[in-house]
Amino acid sequence: MARIELDLAHAYKANPQRDEDYALLPLTMTFEDGGAYALLGPSGCGKTTMLNIMSGLLQPSQGTVKFDGRDVTRLSPQQRNIAQVFQFPVIYDTMTVAENLAFPLKNRKVPAREIQERVGRIAEMLEMSHQLDMRAAGLSADQKQKISLGRGLVRSDVSAVLFDEPLTVIDPHLKWQLRRKLKQIHHELKLTLIYVTHDQVEALTFADEVVVMTRGRAVQVGPAEALFERPAHTFVGHFIGSPGMNFLPAHHEAGQLQILNQSIDVSGERRLPPGPLTLGIRPEYLVLSATGKTDTLPAQVLRVQDIGTYLMVTCQLGDLNLKARMSPEAAAPQPGDTVHLQVLGDHTCFYQNEVLVK
Amino acid sequence: MQLSLEHVGKTVGPSVHLYPQSLNLVPGAVTVLLGATQAGKTSLMRIMAGLDVASTGRVLVDGADVTRVPVRQRNVAMVYQQFVNYPSMTVAQNIASPMRLRGDRDTGQKVRELAARLHIEMFLDRLPAELSGGQQQRVALARALAKRAPLMLLDEPLVNLDYKLREELREELTQLFASGDSTVVYATTEPGEALLLGGYTAVMDAGELLQYGPTAEVFHAPQSIRVARAFSDPPMNLMQAEVAEGGVQLAGGAMWPLTLPSGAPRKLTLGVRAGGLRVQARTGDVSLPGRVELAEIAGSDTFVHVHTAVGELVAQLTGVHDCPLGDPITLYLNPESLFVFDAAGPLVRAPARPGKVA
Repeated sequence: MARIELDLAHAYKANPQRDEDYALLPLTMTFEDGGAYALLGPSGCGKTTMLNIMSGLLQPSQGTVKFDGRDVTRLSPQQRNIAQVFQFPVIYDTMTVAENLAFPLKNRKVPAREIQERVGRIAEMLEMSHQLDMRAAGLSADQKQKISLGRGLVRSDVSAVLFDEPLTVIDPHLKWQLRRKLKQIHHELKLTLIYVTHDQVEALTFADEVVVMTRGRAVQVGPAEALFERPAHTFVGHFIGSPGMNFLPAHHEAGQLQILNQSIDVSGERRLPPGPLTLGIRPEYLVLSATGKTDTLPAQVLRVQDIGTYLMVTCQLGDLNLKARMSPEAAAPQPGDTVHLQVLGDHTCFYQNEVLVK
Repeated sequence: MQLSLEHVGKTVGPSVHLYPQSLNLVPGAVTVLLGATQAGKTSLMRIMAGLDVASTGRVLVDGADVTRVPVRQRNVAMVYQQFVNYPSMTVAQNIASPMRLRGDRDTGQKVRELAARLHIEMFLDRLPAELSGGQQQRVALARALAKRAPLMLLDEPLVNLDYKLREELREELTQLFASGDSTVVYATTEPGEALLLGGYTAVMDAGELLQYGPTAEVFHAPQSIRVARAFSDPPMNLMQAEVAEGGVQLAGGAMWPLTLPSGAPRKLTLGVRAGGLRVQARTGDVSLPGRVELAEIAGSDTFVHVHTAVGELVAQLTGVHDCPLGDPITLYLNPESLFVFDAAGPLVRAPARPGKVA
């Protein structure tokens, strides 16, 4: 296992000039030994580029990759001792489950007794012990992918195990079981695991630390709670949560916060920089009340949706639509009602040029 | 447009794809076909469209029998999972094609309006292959809307997009459907999507139509365990119990107070959705001690899988919660919030809905 340090940038074209020319903008990042990490972002954000640079499938156009302080930038995945699991099963159909799991160990000339012990342990963790003698060819797609996961995890001496959207072929109803397995396996084996996905559930559930990426930039690295409570960048507020954070343009001057054409006194509580700001508040924290106060904003109710476990209220404020999530036990407003939005609270975040004001 | 199915069934060789079912779709509204893969949603839609002929029964449009009328002679717009556009035509030509077929001359203005509604007006001169998946599906949707067909069929149109795009497009579609110009049928595997679309929902399972009604009503009063299963994500928590003096006796030992309707069967299955379980007790709650199996974090919610004496339960908690694997945890619920089913399947009692939306 290894501590992985990146200090690099990558552009697929020569002589990058502008930010858009980079697949990965210059960054420095450290993945601690034994940690569970996820790289999360929409397609094209640079997460797969970063993964391929760590594995050695791709050489960065500038900078270095270090494993435990050793420069491995020009080494292959084999030389770096990296195990990988891909979107689709990579296994030998003609071999049994046990032979498939043993293959990476046999290749490395691990003693037979050790192979048997390790294969048995991994099979037990993945609940495949009863299938060890079955041919892989006869198994379903998700069983095959479980074997791929097992093959990735079977070696105890790897620097890191890298996963590239490994649950794509898994039936939605089985996904949570495999997420649980991966989490348990991480606790037991203490391998360095790095997991690429565009799915927030997978990233937040799996990882201790999530790297949120957009347009070639890592905009926040942190645990799920920080990404939800204190998004460091407006993109994180938007991308984490369903629906994401509400944003309101605001302007701060001498303790007065101007939102649309209303002024709210913020001199008492917050230290905000002067000038244009963006106020961010999650639908879970936006409070609606029937009566207005000096620090509320009047808005019109556009829609009230019964989402089963809660109500989603869409309000119109100027030309902005804001979402509020309400308990089903609360008295629901009706479309057309005027409500008063409490946008300032402990959970409200402010952004200056997309970056959180600390 | 009134679309009616009368005892429509479909068999292919020896296998039954659809059991005979009748359905009168509410005109000018959205009907969601909700069910897992293989439930029969696509088979039913193909019969509605005229792509396939039913083995039994009749399809009526505004009272006229169209069972054997092929798709070309019906006025139907369809959108599929894959983004189907004419690859050699520009976006503008793609959107204009149904208008041209209809004999419209002056299409330019209408194309621009539709493109603006779907936020693709800046791509009108590009070819579909130059666009991202989400943009291509927007083009397919614009083309379907351009047809102005009285019946619009959408077969999991958002399934191939990532969740943020799905959120965005679903919201836009809900607003487009609200005009009431077309009768819309929308197939999905996701209960959450059905709730967000609103309208009416037909729940399907293994080739059978189980229940049809206003979406929120079906959700809050599923007529059977099968409907409850299909219309809950994560699956509804189910517990076996028997009628006892003043309440129910759980198979796990506890006795819970609960008012049951007279004539309730002795053997019961109790159901509670993940959102009905909480970690802070309120007055009248009963408790379920257990152990954390996994906390899945979905951005705005945490789904905690808990091992308890009455089986494995899943609780949905708002926000991000850190629940380490193996930690003790106690779940609470109010027995009045329980769904009670006859253990054989039919609903005996649904909980009252406090925050009912008119």
